[in-house]
This record gives sequence, structure tokens and C-alpha cells, in this order.
Amino acid sequence: MDFLVSIIMAIFRKNPHAKNEDNKHAKRNWKRHSPKLSTSKIILALTLAFLFIPLFVIVFYSFNESKGTSFTKFSLVWYEELFLHSGTLWQSLFYTAIVAVASATLSTIIGSLAAIGNSWYKFFGRSYIQSISFLPMILPEVIMGVSILIFFSGIHMYFGLTTIIIAHTTFCLPFVYLMVTARVDEFDYSIIEAAHDLGASEKQTLFKVIIPAIMPGILSGFMMSITLSIEDFVITSLVNGSVITLPIYVYNMIRHGVSPVINALSFVLIIFICTLTIILRKSLKSFAAAH
Amino acid sequence: MTEKKFRKQNPGPFYSWPMGIWFSIFFIVPILIIICYSFMKNDLYGGVLKEFTIDAYRQMFSPEYGEIFLRTLWMTIIATFVSCAIAIPCGYAMARSRHQTLLLILVIIPFLTNSLIRIFAWMTILGEEGLLNSVCGFFAKAFFFVTQNKDGSFEPVQFMYTKGAVILVSIYMYLPYAILPIFTSIDRFDFTLLEAARDLGASKPGAIFRVMLPGIKSGIISAIIFTFIPIFGNYTVPQIIGSTESYMLGNTIMDQITKIGNLPLASAISVVLTFISMAAILFMISSEKKEQNLKTVKKES
Repeated sequence: MDFLVSIIMAIFRKNPHAKNEDNKHAKRNWKRHSPKLSTSKIILALTLAFLFIPLFVIVFYSFNESKGTSFTKFSLVWYEELFLHSGTLWQSLFYTAIVAVASATLSTIIGSLAAIGNSWYKFFGRSYIQSISFLPMILPEVIMGVSILIFFSGIHMYFGLTTIIIAHTTFCLPFVYLMVTARVDEFDYSIIEAAHDLGASEKQTLFKVIIPAIMPGILSGFMMSITLSIEDFVITSLVNGSVITLPIYVYNMIRHGVSPVINALSFVLIIFICTLTIILRKSLKSFAAAH
Repeated sequence: MTEKKFRKQNPGPFYSWPMGIWFSIFFIVPILIIICYSFMKNDLYGGVLKEFTIDAYRQMFSPEYGEIFLRTLWMTIIATFVSCAIAIPCGYAMARSRHQTLLLILVIIPFLTNSLIRIFAWMTILGEEGLLNSVCGFFAKAFFFVTQNKDGSFEPVQFMYTKGAVILVSIYMYLPYAILPIFTSIDRFDFTLLEAARDLGASKPGAIFRVMLPGIKSGIISAIIFTFIPIFGNYTVPQIIGSTESYMLGNTIMDQITKIGNLPLASAISVVLTFISMAAILFMISSEKKEQNLKTVKKES
């Protein structure tokens, strides 16, 4: 799963595939006579612009006084509306937070344990768990949502927060598992053997040696689950019952006439995500420095 | 991890089995249920009758749904192709840059922003009174003196609710899925090979096309698969940006579930989609393994 490795790389700011100096040198110099502005750089700049323009458009219009797309006057009226007059929105945000924290906690605990077990121990069913561990990640969301919906209605489960949390845990688990596994693989097994030789019990080893050592992996798995859970719309909309989470609220808003309040909300969310990423990276770095 | 390191008596099952049980109940069982449902008969009240039939599959490949299937397929292929074509030079520029981490974070930030909000942003841009239309109108008036209406205004172009818009927004949504694996494999690629190719007289594009592209083949394959699967099963983008003419398989499944209530048909489409995804992933894994085997053979010889 190269794609995940690169996300982990970006967050840990550490290259798992150590490069030799020769390659680094070659990378910068292989075209000795190349001009500063190469085609690939231009394409990269255009792509980044393409990725960011919609976000800028949203932020720009959130400060617009009128509802239309012509910019009339700078104003904070939509922020006022968002913070003071959107009760149901805050209610939905509250539900989203509950679901995100609950499912992230559950999936972090289950996924981290499985990562430890599968990397270091040999037992009955190991290959079964390994092979199903990444399947939910690759299946299209609609299918997962539909299958879990049919399953829940088959066992006559009451649709609500519980079903949402179960569904979210299921699709967050593979990500936690992969992130923690990446961290566990870097960790030296002889440290555990040393702990055992020094008389630590299995429980002590787990809580005093293993978990502190793989903490950055666990933390980033947790953060990843939170983001995935806040973000999910398709699966939630199938199993939500009458609970309205934030993505469903936004979807209803889009469907029933667009209001610039969404622009303001988006800006707040973008700021939130950026801060979260920065804090996470800073804390991971200081964590790595401490150990 | 060598096998020697595994201990004989160990708590491995206690660590791993919670996840195994969780996935068995909430993932494997539901998938098995929809496989069963896809072979059952539809009843009029939105449930199923326990009778074996392959009607659902027959219905799926009937002209009505077959057309949606083909449409989804070619829209996905275009979007995947364009994403990967953009991603290769991007990944190359990122791998050669000194600011890799910054660029990676720049690519990931839009990707972390809520997907509905990103789609909504495109509504603002593509809409009838949207940004793109105002820009078009401005240029038409300023440079080509085109005014279609009597009062001198410009007739807005219909960007929203078309297949093109769905493809464009799909590319936007899943571009990071293509860039990240390609970047990773270019970053790992041995650039001294390119220097060697240049020294042996290859032209710059020749060196890139004949040395680098085969070298990062597995990265390109995973980029194709990581973009193909989510776009193929996409629901939100066609639902918001598209119209009934540009609906894809995901929308059909959801409509069957929520509006029409034909569970066997929805299950059958889901099963076919699942098998396509699984086949793609197995192909990717086997090609990665092949490459790794090649590398070990080279090292040994």
C-alpha cells in the first residue's frame, strides 16, 4: 500500500526508504543543463493551483455580503449567522464529534492490538486476519454502506448512533492497522525480549514497553480515524436513522438551496484541519525527539 | 520480520482476534448477505423472497442498466487516465524538489478537507451564475465583443449537470490518490540510472520514457487502481454535480435501495463492483510481488 506509506511519510516527516547520498545528488543533477523552470515544475504548480482554487473560492465568498456570486462588500454576516443562529448545525456537529471520538477510540484500540499481534506473534488464523485487514479500505463506500445497512436491518437493529459508530469503526480500522504496523515494523523486537528477560510480565511489556514505543503510530492512526469519520457521508447517510451528522447536514443544505453559511462553515473546517495537521506533526516531532 | 523472532507460547490471538472477529461480523457477513440477496427474488414491498433466481444479474446486463454500466466505465477510464497523466510529472517534480514535505502537505490538505465541501466549491465555480461563467462572460465581452442577449449580457454556458463536470470533479477529488503512490515510487527510484542513460547518449525524454517509466511501473499501477476503484464506485460527485444523464453505478445502487426498493438488483450490482475491485487489487499485489522477486533475483546474481 504505497499510498498509505506516503501519507505516513508526510506526517512523520521521515523517509522509510533510506536513500543514499549518491541518489540524492543524482536527483538534483541528473539533467545538468536543465533550466530552472522545467515542464514538470510548471505542471506541479498548475496542479497545486487546481487543488487549491476551489478552497480559495469558498473562503473568498464567505466574506461576501450578498448571496450571489458577484462580490459586493466585505462582511462577516455569514459567520455571525453560523455562530449565532445555526442551532441545528451545532447539534449535528455535536453528534459528529461523539461518533468521531467513539469510533476512533474503538478502532485505535482494536487496530493497534492487531498490528502488534500480527507483526510479532504466530498463531492460529494470522493469515486470515492479515488478508481481511485491508479489504474494507479498498471496497467502494457505497457497497460497504449498502451491505452493512442490509445486515443491520436483517438483525433488526435500531438505527442511530450505535450503528453509525459500528460502521465508522469498520472503515477506520484498516487505516489504524496499517499505520501502527508501519511503526511496529521499525521497532526492534529484541527490546521486548530484554523486557521479558528482566522479568516483565506480558501485561507490563505491553503497557510499559510496546505502547510507548509505537505511540506516534497510534496517535496518527487515531487522528486519521477522526478525519475519516468527520468526512464520511455515504455510509453514514445509509445507517444514520434520524441522527443528523455534519456531512448529512451539509448535504441537505446543498440540496435545499445553497446558503453562503456553508462557505463560512467550510473556512472554519479548513482552518480546523490545518491546525490539527500542524499540531499533530509538531507533537510527533517532539515525541520522536524525546525518545 | 524473520520467523525466528516469533515466540512459541504467546498472546498473539488475544491481540489480533478482536479485529478478526470485528471484521468477520461487520464486514464479511454483510458481504456474504448481499451475495445471497443478489440470487433472490424481489418482492413488491422492498424485501426479498427466498427463491433462487438469477433475474437480478439478467436485469443488470439488460440494455437499461448495461448502458449505465458502460457509461460509468468510460467516465472512470477517462478520469483515471487524466489523473495519472497529471500525477506522473507532479510526482517527478515533487521527488526532485528540496521541499518534499511541504509539497506533500500541500497535496494532502485539500484531500483532508471535507469532500462534500470540495464538491460544493465546484458548484460555486461551475454553476450558472458561477465563477467560470462570469469569467467566460467577461472575456467574451472584452476580447471577442460577443453579446448574445439583447441587453448585452452573455448567455451562461451549462457546465453543471454534465458528464464533463462529473469527470472534472472526479479528477479533482481523487488526484491525490494518484499523486501519492507515483511520488513514492519516483522518490525510491535510483536516479543514477537516469544519469547513466544520459551519459550513454539518450535524450532527456528518451531517458524518462525508457528508463524511468518502466522503473516506476508498480507505482503507476497502484495509482491507476487507487483512482479507478473509488471513481468507479462513486456516489456523491454524480449525485451533486451530475444529472440523471451522468449518473453512475453508485447512484443506481443507492436509488434501488432508497427509492425503488429492489434489493436483489442493488445487491447484484454491488457484487459485480466488489469483484471488479478485488480483481484490481489482486492484480496490483501480484505485480508488486513480481517486482520484488525481480529485485531479489538481481541482488543474488
